[in-house]
Amino acid sequence: MIEVEKVSKSYDRALVLDDVEVTIPTGGITSIIGPNGAGKSTLLSIIARLLDADAGTVRVAGHDVATTDSRELARILAVLRQDNHLTVRLTVRDLVAFGRYPHSGGRNTPHDHDLINAAITYLDLGDLADRYLDEMSGGQRQRAFVAMVLAQDTDHLLLDEPLNNLDMPHSRAMMRQLRKAADELDKTVVLVVHDINYASCYSDRIIAMRDGRIFATGTPEEIMRRDLLGDLYDMDMPVEEFGGRMIAYPYF
Amino acid sequence: MSLLELRQPLLSAAPAAAESRREPRARRLFPAAMITLVVVLVALSLNVGAADLTLDVLFTSRIPRTLAVLLAGAAMAIGGLLMQLLVRNRFVEPATVGTTESAGVGLLAVTILTPGMPIAGKMAVAIITALLGTFAFLRILRAVPPRSSLIVVPLVGIMFSGVIASMTTFVAYRTDMLATLQVWMTGDFSGVIRGRFELLWIVAGVLVVTYLVADRFTVAALGREHAIGLGLDYRRVVALGMALVAVTSAVCVVVVGALPFLGLVVPNLVSMIMGDNLRRSLPVVALSGSAFVLVCDLLARTINHPFEVPVGVVVGVIGGIVFLVMLLRQRR
Repeated sequence: MIEVEKVSKSYDRALVLDDVEVTIPTGGITSIIGPNGAGKSTLLSIIARLLDADAGTVRVAGHDVATTDSRELARILAVLRQDNHLTVRLTVRDLVAFGRYPHSGGRNTPHDHDLINAAITYLDLGDLADRYLDEMSGGQRQRAFVAMVLAQDTDHLLLDEPLNNLDMPHSRAMMRQLRKAADELDKTVVLVVHDINYASCYSDRIIAMRDGRIFATGTPEEIMRRDLLGDLYDMDMPVEEFGGRMIAYPYF
Repeated sequence: MSLLELRQPLLSAAPAAAESRREPRARRLFPAAMITLVVVLVALSLNVGAADLTLDVLFTSRIPRTLAVLLAGAAMAIGGLLMQLLVRNRFVEPATVGTTESAGVGLLAVTILTPGMPIAGKMAVAIITALLGTFAFLRILRAVPPRSSLIVVPLVGIMFSGVIASMTTFVAYRTDMLATLQVWMTGDFSGVIRGRFELLWIVAGVLVVTYLVADRFTVAALGREHAIGLGLDYRRVVALGMALVAVTSAVCVVVVGALPFLGLVVPNLVSMIMGDNLRRSLPVVALSGSAFVLVCDLLARTINHPFEVPVGVVVGVIGGIVFLVMLLRQRR
């Protein structure tokens, strides 16, 4: 469970998070949606202790992220931010292996290597394992980073725009894998997604944010409504049911 | 259920075996090739010189000199690599961000103020000023927007070191120390004899420490957010790395003088084949740094035989040319 209590954050004088209060229950996929500048990535970064909040507390599985030992947290939650550009030249296997760093401190056991191989296979990177990341496409690199985060084998996964750089087949496959990770590995997955239809089809809960505040939370059925989405994005879009799922049409 | 049981890959129908495929050939053979090269170069280095080879010459001059070249070359290559990884920019090295120049400031200050101070004391002061200069550079870097062009960081470094160097030059000029300053800032092994290089063993210690915490440095090189996400105490690891770089640079300046471009060229060249996972690449970078300086030192001793050219000049010329070629070839 992730508990966010009265969290505020401002950069210079701009308030990006304004007294945010939200609870993300254990298990399943929770997607954070909202227009640019809503504070989605900032909230994710604060939950993952990559940023310090100005006020308020965040607890992940009961641990206050501001005070808990960072390495201990790294065994509870894994985070992937948007930027996956590296100056350091590593192979896919090197990178994924560092997912085990919080557990092994760099001395990987056979069990660690099994997990590393499993994560590489899971993200379809077997043939690329010994290639350097800077020689690969953006989508392949993105998958390598997700494999690293998966190899960390934490109960909580926080992913900021995991579909960045992925083509359609890999986007859908990524969401299916995350769904499976949530269902079969009992992970608590929190995503920042721009494509609200992916959020609708694959999440158990959606958190809609706007102007640094929680705008609405609920199941996809509760959030995927024409009036609510219209107010959230300041843009009218039809929402229709298709195959038991709510699909928005923001295209025309 | 654990990750281990979830073997279904993302897209392909059948689970592919990701089991240990062999590393590419170049990556496997390069370390052995480099060891062989260094052994050959060491043998040459022990045999080449103005004096005839006697046991006395061997033990007072040739062995100390060869050891000094090995240590300084390895140390400056590792210093350059660490700085590149921790600053996250491929175009920096201690000599272009003010570390070397700051060591010069300390050395000049003690030489003017307390000329009688033993060399170890002078070195301690040079280490302190090198540390201050390096952290001042890092402090300035924090003001640089993270998404600015690759060129900004090295430019800031060059300007910063230019400011320090010009102030040092001014003071040296006013105190009649210009020639001395020149000697410090140009790498030269001709003065290295038994009793005058032993302080260089400090950098051997630095190399060992660097290797012991290699994984931490590689994780830090992933960048602040990835490093914190993996539970690393990012600021402390970066501070430790930069401190090691400052110590290395100061020791090298005091004992042999500056070796420009070495820290830029060697790590970048080795990285093309070996990558930057320090646990794998660090020994190879160290060996390659030694090999590079051994070659330059052999040239310095033979080009103008029986006289010597300062090795710093040879390193600067060869390193500069290699660096230019690398820059031009980088536009793929």
